[in-house]
Amino acid sequence: MTQTVRASIFFAIMAALFIIEGSTNAWVFSGSWNTSLVILNMALVSAIMALGVNLQWGYAGLFNTGIMGFVALGGLAVVVTSMAPVPETWAAGGPRIFLGLAVGVAFLVGTIYLRKKMPEGRNRAIATVVMLVIGFAAYRTIFDGGVDAVEAIDPSVSGYLGGLGLPVVLAWPVGGLLAAGAAWIIGKTALGLRSDYLAIATLGIAEIIVAILKNEEWLARGANNVNGLPRPVPYEIDLQQSADFVNKAAEWGMDPVTASTLYVKIGYALMFTAVLVFILVLSQLARHSPWGRMMRAIRDNETAARAMGKNVTRRHLEIFILGSAVCGIAGAMMTTLDGQLTPNSYHPLRFTFLIWVMVIVGGSGNNLGSVLGGFLIWWLWVKVEPMGQWLAQVTTAGLDPTNWFAVRMAEAAPHMRLFTMGLILLLVLRFNPRGLLPEN
Amino acid sequence: MDFLNALVNITNLLIIPATTYGAQLALGALGVTLIYSILRFSNFAHGDTMAFGTIVTIGITSVFQSWGISLGPLPTALLALPFAVVVTAALLVGTDFAVYRFYRAKRAVPIIFVMASLGVMLMMNGFVRFLAGVKNISFADGERFIIKARDFKEMTGLAEPLGLRTTQVLTVVVAVIIVAWLFWFLNKTRTGKSMRAFSDNEDLALLSGINPNRVVIVTWVIVALLTTTAGVLYGLDKGYQPYVYFQLLLPTFAAAIVGGLGNPLGAIVGGFVVSFSEVMITHVWKKVLTYLMPENLEPSSLMQLMSTEYKFAVSFAILVIVLLFKPTGLFKGQSV
Repeated sequence: MTQTVRASIFFAIMAALFIIEGSTNAWVFSGSWNTSLVILNMALVSAIMALGVNLQWGYAGLFNTGIMGFVALGGLAVVVTSMAPVPETWAAGGPRIFLGLAVGVAFLVGTIYLRKKMPEGRNRAIATVVMLVIGFAAYRTIFDGGVDAVEAIDPSVSGYLGGLGLPVVLAWPVGGLLAAGAAWIIGKTALGLRSDYLAIATLGIAEIIVAILKNEEWLARGANNVNGLPRPVPYEIDLQQSADFVNKAAEWGMDPVTASTLYVKIGYALMFTAVLVFILVLSQLARHSPWGRMMRAIRDNETAARAMGKNVTRRHLEIFILGSAVCGIAGAMMTTLDGQLTPNSYHPLRFTFLIWVMVIVGGSGNNLGSVLGGFLIWWLWVKVEPMGQWLAQVTTAGLDPTNWFAVRMAEAAPHMRLFTMGLILLLVLRFNPRGLLPEN
Repeated sequence: MDFLNALVNITNLLIIPATTYGAQLALGALGVTLIYSILRFSNFAHGDTMAFGTIVTIGITSVFQSWGISLGPLPTALLALPFAVVVTAALLVGTDFAVYRFYRAKRAVPIIFVMASLGVMLMMNGFVRFLAGVKNISFADGERFIIKARDFKEMTGLAEPLGLRTTQVLTVVVAVIIVAWLFWFLNKTRTGKSMRAFSDNEDLALLSGINPNRVVIVTWVIVALLTTTAGVLYGLDKGYQPYVYFQLLLPTFAAAIVGGLGNPLGAIVGGFVVSFSEVMITHVWKKVLTYLMPENLEPSSLMQLMSTEYKFAVSFAILVIVLLFKPTGLFKGQSV
């Protein structure tokens, strides 16, 4: 079976699953096109994340477990790009916050410069410590005052600086840029470590990024969430009030409410598909370019590539930034789709390790495989819960509902997800380590 | 008097909690280090193994409590611990047979083991949630305090309170016993020596007739002992919650790497380095400074270097600093 036939079959199965979901109300299928589109939209976003991870792992063999952090930065990008600025908070302490941050950065840069200029020895160590202590104190004094002033203003609805008030679609590339910036800093320090150290380092970075989102209320309201983010598609309620739309819906034989929800979701699906195809094409082009061949050569034999004069660290940094940027774009798209930024919902099992399962199951190194993995694993992630409930009903059919096992099975259905994902990962690693669509 | 108050404040809120937490981290890091040196990979399922051992302990504890068995002033969980270690050991050895053995036979690269451990982590995480849900469970019983904060204040007449909980003393005592036993085992017994030989040079160890399967099984059993104990002590101290245990992965790894991955002594030192830095940086220094500084120089802010939510940043920062300046860790560990 050639690669193309294999891929076509798998994607046809995937399409069938979404069509059955939309049309048939049986077993775990809901028979609602709305639900089918909801799953599809997140599947598209997941596929983009998987493409980003595949760049890093499939092309270059970098083991990044900080995906959650880049996805969260994408979410932050949506807030800082698209929300309207809050003039009161800017007046109260905005400039002071940025002055504080600038002072902090200036002292850091100054310290690095000093360390470069001074000869090694006790004096340099003392100078470093003094610089850092003074810098930290100055930064905190300026920064804290600004933060307190900003967070004091109308904390129940605002208490943050707001964004730039730009169109929300701009937030997607901005999300990519933010993630790329973070990846540059991380890559500068953590790349070049051995593979499992990089994994632990990135795991930590992701936790820190999410901790910042949760706690820096001046930035994006922290754990209070930012709701009502602008949308790139019309609101359902506006559609239902537009006479044109209602007439169109009647022509199609649908009631305006259903038609409007479907219209909005199809709008998202088309935009997401466009981004997915764009990134997929770019990844494929990159893969077959000399650059892509060099990447795989480095992955397969780092020492040999180095001997051929390839700058391995530099290439690793490049691909780490690129892959993270793709995750950032996907993160921004996801937050746009949700319409809100909820820092408490970022969980490494969901946003890091699930993406890894997608890449491994799809076939590491194969872009189409990652897309397929994204679709399939996301579909399973959604459907394992109803499957678990079905399983609970079947296995406890004859039992008293207060029986320990029956209670546990009923409560356990949501937790079946992680268990199943782990099992799938282990089975694929063991019996089909190259994934559904292997790298050719 | 002011000086004494400052000292009591530091002891109460910094030294005691950091020592307890450090002992828990040290036990966890010892497990990471053992797996790394014998099986040669970083086990991402470590935090969830701790959660599994703890939840089994909680289950057995509640059975004991329903039978009316207790340890008087000590928590009943201590009595359940050995049984839970056996169960966890069975699970870990079973996992090794089902998952890791295959890759060992194929001599797969470490990253494949790490991937497999991700799968094990997800499965264990789901299984633990299946057993006990996601809510916070507190299972410490017996006498809660050795020194009550109010008694201390009345006794000494100081303004600052000092409380010492049973679980805190228990943590340190149990950790010391287990670490002492582990070092005796590794250095004096035949099996322990064969483990160290296996860790130093696998081929040479095989050549001299050491049975690799035996070494691996013994390693997993010891890891079960270490993780379950660490998890139970942490749970007695701060309550059990699956997600928190998963997150313990980061400071545990930081401790193991800071000390020098593969070096048991390093793991212990690393545990305390991480815990003391975490607590010191998130400690509210205002009171201490108020006591020690002259009247007019008292600080007005909390004098907290970083808010408590950033404690992960601390373990991470230590990790990066050590990796950048001393990649083999404080004590010479392995660096491949």
